[in-house]
Amino acid sequence: MADEFTLSCPIPISQYPQILLAHGGGGKLMHQLIEKIFGAAFANDYLDERHDGAVLDLTPRPPTSPPAPPRHGEGSSPFPFREGGWGVRSGVGGEVRVAFTTDSYVVRPLFFPGGDIGKLAVYGTVNDLAMCGARPLFLSAGFILEEGLPMETLWKIVQSMRAAAQQAHVQIVTGDTKVVDKGKGDGIFINTAGIGIIEHDLAISPKSVRPGDLILLNGDVGRHGIAIMAVREGLSFESAIESDCAPLAEVVLKLIEAGIEMHCLRDLTRGGLASALNEIAQTAQVHITIDESAVPVREDVQGACEILGLDPLYVANEGRFIAFVAPQDAERALEILRTFSSEATLIGQVLAEPRGLVTLTSRIGAQRILDMLSGEQLPRIC
Amino acid sequence: MRFIDEYRDAKLAQRYARRIAQIVTRPWTIMEICGGQTHAIIKFGIDELLPKEITLVHGPGCPVCVTPVELIDKAIEIASRPEVIFCSFGDMLRVPGSEKDLLSVKAQGGDVRIVYSPLDALKLARENPDREVVFFAVGFETTAPANAMAVHQAFRQNIKNFSLLVSHVLVPPAIEAILSSPKNRVQGFLAAGHVCTVMGYTEYEPIAKKYKVPIVVTGFEPLDILQGVYMCVKQLEEGRYEVENQYTRSVRREGNTKAQELIREVFCVVPRKWRGIGEIPRSGLGLTEKYKEFDAELKFGLTDRSVEESSECLAGLVLQGVKKPHECPAFGTRCTPEHPLGAPMVSSEGACAAYYRYRRGHG
Repeated sequence: MADEFTLSCPIPISQYPQILLAHGGGGKLMHQLIEKIFGAAFANDYLDERHDGAVLDLTPRPPTSPPAPPRHGEGSSPFPFREGGWGVRSGVGGEVRVAFTTDSYVVRPLFFPGGDIGKLAVYGTVNDLAMCGARPLFLSAGFILEEGLPMETLWKIVQSMRAAAQQAHVQIVTGDTKVVDKGKGDGIFINTAGIGIIEHDLAISPKSVRPGDLILLNGDVGRHGIAIMAVREGLSFESAIESDCAPLAEVVLKLIEAGIEMHCLRDLTRGGLASALNEIAQTAQVHITIDESAVPVREDVQGACEILGLDPLYVANEGRFIAFVAPQDAERALEILRTFSSEATLIGQVLAEPRGLVTLTSRIGAQRILDMLSGEQLPRIC
Repeated sequence: MRFIDEYRDAKLAQRYARRIAQIVTRPWTIMEICGGQTHAIIKFGIDELLPKEITLVHGPGCPVCVTPVELIDKAIEIASRPEVIFCSFGDMLRVPGSEKDLLSVKAQGGDVRIVYSPLDALKLARENPDREVVFFAVGFETTAPANAMAVHQAFRQNIKNFSLLVSHVLVPPAIEAILSSPKNRVQGFLAAGHVCTVMGYTEYEPIAKKYKVPIVVTGFEPLDILQGVYMCVKQLEEGRYEVENQYTRSVRREGNTKAQELIREVFCVVPRKWRGIGEIPRSGLGLTEKYKEFDAELKFGLTDRSVEESSECLAGLVLQGVKKPHECPAFGTRCTPEHPLGAPMVSSEGACAAYYRYRRGHG
């Protein structure tokens, strides 16, 4: 060896010329894709909200300025709304606001402890609507089926979707089916889109988050991702870890009914709690700080994470969300959340500076950054 | 959670930090060898609890960081072949070779798979007799026994379509290289607990004696590391330089002799190039004559070639503890986990990536 260390270094990969799996991992690469490709191409006010769904103002407005806006249900609404048709009321001032969202579901295995792709496809979209503060009403379902998929598998998935839709009080009202050649799909891919109605005048959006807000979490994290990974990797535990897959509209509507001043809601799917917090800190240009030891993680999930070299804060959930609420309402909100899960808890707060940053107080009491991952969480060597 | 929470207790951690502060009288620079320890130190903020006299510098113990670029290029070349199923631990996939990484190979149609154990790769070989299964055998002494076992089993079961691309490195020669460098400022070491679980720590005893440095075999949880630092500082303050074992719940002086026998059966000591550092004699493992048929480099007829790398980043200085990641002018600006200029910015065990993820803008 030479007397001195040589300073050699790899050449950087600045841009990937093709799509990597990591571009769908919920981390920075996916955000680059959204910002540089989709955001750039489709830019508009709705997309710029960077929300789980678009909140559309569909209040009928005549071409010239009217003496007063027509009330909900009056005049010539372009939409088949009937007053009280769904037992709902419109927002203040006769506004008609609708939340609209879409999501595609690709999951292997199709069936896993606590759920299946069909249940995910219904609850996932229902939850995106709930995160807009909307009451979910109607879903569409698009199926991309791979040649050779057993009919029984499809039947089971569809039955699961039916049960999930019933549970979440939504109807699947339109759909589409395509079949692709064997080897061109992974059994079945499902896309669902959903619309829901917003019955309040809160602006629930990342941009409404402000310093002073408290952050509530509705239960333990990491279960869905670990349930899936355990099946994929053939890991078995003393008892199977079940996905937390659940509809979230009911609890959100309860919070709204109780008049809780909520500024933002976000479900903790791909990328987990850490990615959700980072997205919101960046969109709202605030500093978010949480206490690591306040975040509930079940012991079996923690154990699996230790074995696999994963951080539960980045693991996906399908029935967990965070709520940014005004401090004076936090205690009441927590009481409501706890009627659904006893593990709901306060995990952190919003500060002003430094903007766009998420920090965490570690278990041993030190401060550090909680960053967004670059791509997928990759298992470590040792 | 049992066996985890005990070692992450906030009150005990603060108490250890206070005890270290009580015994320290002058500045000391201590290096933790292992990337897993670096990750834990930064993730839990352990160094923030320490008195300002103690500087922790981060060692070369990140297998991802020190695997030479030529070998990554060979991995990419093999993984691109249509008959190959290329198996690797997850975090090797993002390490840039001279042109691309293994994730890009996968996106271009290469059959690249993440496995948790080389034995999973061997199983794939058994299940796919018409394909060539290659496992990327990286890591220190910790991963060597499992890799040796995979080759040993392949040999006994006469599995011909399995091979290893070997890039094993050894800790003691790296410590000696750091200590014999004129730029060295490391005064004490935390040796890697898992490496010593396999190898024991007798081979560190002559190093401690020759270079007059304390070496403390240390675990990976916050309290392990704090106790390791305490033991190291105590030796430094008392003018002692011995090998001590903090990680007694896992490490014995002689190590795991069965595992060592298996390593000696399958591997022999070879010179190895370390990315960012250069070639260190007798610092790696290669397959012995008996197992040559499982050497992927021979099987696929790959020839050695040298790759020139850009010298913008300070990886070499970071890996030997001369510089801290944030002292590099490219840190966090031209060099980020999305655009790594150096391997330490790639792996979660790499010092630069750990600083970037947990420390950016926080000093």
